[in-house]
Amino acid sequence: MIEIKNIYKTFGDNEVLRGVSANFKPGKNNLIIGSSGSGKTTLLKCIVGLHEPTKGEVYYDQENFTEMHFEGRVPIRKQIGMLFQNSALFDSMTVEQNIIFPLNLFTEMSKAEKVDRANFCLERVNLKGKNKLYPSELSGGMKKRVGIARAISMQPRYLFVDEPNSGLDPKTAILIDELISEITDEYQTTTVIVTHDMNSVMGIGDHIIFLDNGLKWWEGSNHEIAHTDNKELNQFVFASKFMQAAREKL
Amino acid sequence: MLRLSFRKPEKFSVYWTEVMREMVSQGIGSLGIVSIISLFIGAVATIQTAFQLISDIIPRSVVGSITRDSTILEFSPTITALVLAGRIGSSIASQIGTMRVTEQIDALEIMGVNAPGYLISPKIISGVTMIPLLIIISVGLGLIGGYFACAASADVSTADYIDGLTGGFNPVIVSVCAVKAIAFGFIITSVCSYQGFYTSGGALEVGQAATRGVVFSCVTILFADLIISKLML
Repeated sequence: MIEIKNIYKTFGDNEVLRGVSANFKPGKNNLIIGSSGSGKTTLLKCIVGLHEPTKGEVYYDQENFTEMHFEGRVPIRKQIGMLFQNSALFDSMTVEQNIIFPLNLFTEMSKAEKVDRANFCLERVNLKGKNKLYPSELSGGMKKRVGIARAISMQPRYLFVDEPNSGLDPKTAILIDELISEITDEYQTTTVIVTHDMNSVMGIGDHIIFLDNGLKWWEGSNHEIAHTDNKELNQFVFASKFMQAAREKL
Repeated sequence: MLRLSFRKPEKFSVYWTEVMREMVSQGIGSLGIVSIISLFIGAVATIQTAFQLISDIIPRSVVGSITRDSTILEFSPTITALVLAGRIGSSIASQIGTMRVTEQIDALEIMGVNAPGYLISPKIISGVTMIPLLIIISVGLGLIGGYFACAASADVSTADYIDGLTGGFNPVIVSVCAVKAIAFGFIITSVCSYQGFYTSGGALEVGQAATRGVVFSCVTILFADLIISKLML
C-alpha cells in the first residue's frame, strides 16, 4: 500500500502542495483529480521520488521512501511502472528496445526470453508486430500504449500514470483508460492516475482524491462524486454545461 | 554529478555497449572534420613559418622543426579540441537536454537506473579515449599537410622539411600533447553533459544549453591549455 503523510512542496516562494495526506488502495485505480495548477503532477512526482517533498513522508508498504537514499529506493523502483504525460519513450530505441530496456538492466533473462516478454507486453496493449518501429513513427495513442507496455514489462506492483488522455481523441482516451483499468485488475497493481478528464473519473475511478490549490478537498469513489456537496469539487466536476445537464437528470 | 556518474553500474554489459556506441559516435563521427582541419592547419603552419623564417642565415630544416613542435604542442590538441567542442559537445548537451525536457531522464530514474551514470559516464570514458586518439591522428595529418605544402612550393624542399621533422626532437612535447588531449576530452564531455543534464524548460532551453556547453568548454579548454603549458614546459 502507498501512504502519503502531510506532503508539502515549495518551489521558491510558490507553495504547490500544502499538507496532503492520503492512502492509495491496493489493486484499485486511485485517481488524483483537480484543475490545472492544483498540484496533481507535483504530488505524483513527490510520490515516485522525482521531487523531494519539502515536508512530509511517502510510505510504500510501511517503508519510508522519503528517507531512503538512491540505493535504498532501487528495490522499490523496480516495482514501479510509470506512464508519462508525453510517454517519455527513448527516441533512439525501437519499440522493442524500449520495452526490453529495464529487463536488460535488472534481470538475467536470455535474449529470447526478453523478446518473448516484449511481444507479450505489446500484444497486451494491442500493438502486436510493431516491435521495430521508432517512437517518431508512432501516433500519440500508440506511444501511450508502448509507454504502458514498457511500464508493465517488469510486472510492477505500483503503476503511476500522468495525464493518460492528454492529446488523445475521446475514443482513444477511453481505450487507454480501459487498458489501464484491465491491467490494474490483471496484475492487482496499486494504480495512481493523475487526470482532469471527467470521463476517466466516472469510468475507472475506484478511489478519487480531489486537489485544489495544493490542498486535498475531497476523497471518495466515482459513485459518490455526483452527490457530493463539496463546493470546490462541484465547481470542478460540473464546470461544463454537459455535466450540469447530466447532474439535473440524476 | 561526477560522483553520481561513476557509481557502480547496474549491469556492466549494458554500460559497456553504451561506451562502444559513444566511441563510434565521437571517434568515427569526428574523423572527417578532424582530418580536413588537420591537413589544412599543417599546410598553413608550414607556409607561414617558411614565409617568416626563410633567410640565408637560417637553415631551411627549421621550418620542419617549428611545424612539428607547434603542431604537436598547440595546433593539433587545442584547435582539434575547440572543433570537437562544437562537434561533440553540442551533440552531448542537446541530446541529454532533450532527454531531460521530454522526461526521458525521469523515466530512467523511475526505473531505478542511475541516470547520470548511464548517460554521462559512457560519454566521458569515450571522450578521454577517443579525443586523444583523434588528436594523435590530427598530429600525423598536420605533419603530412606540411609535407604537401612544401611539395607544392619552392621555398622549402620536402627533404629539408623531413630533416627538420626528425631532428632535435624533445619527447616532452608528446607528453604535453597527451596530457592536453586527455584533459580536453574530459572537459568537453563533462562540461557539455552537465549543461544538458541540468536543462529545464523546452526546445529553446535545450538550444541555450548546447550553446553554453560549447562556449564554457572552449573557454575552459583555453584555460587548461595555458595551465598545462605553464606547468609542463
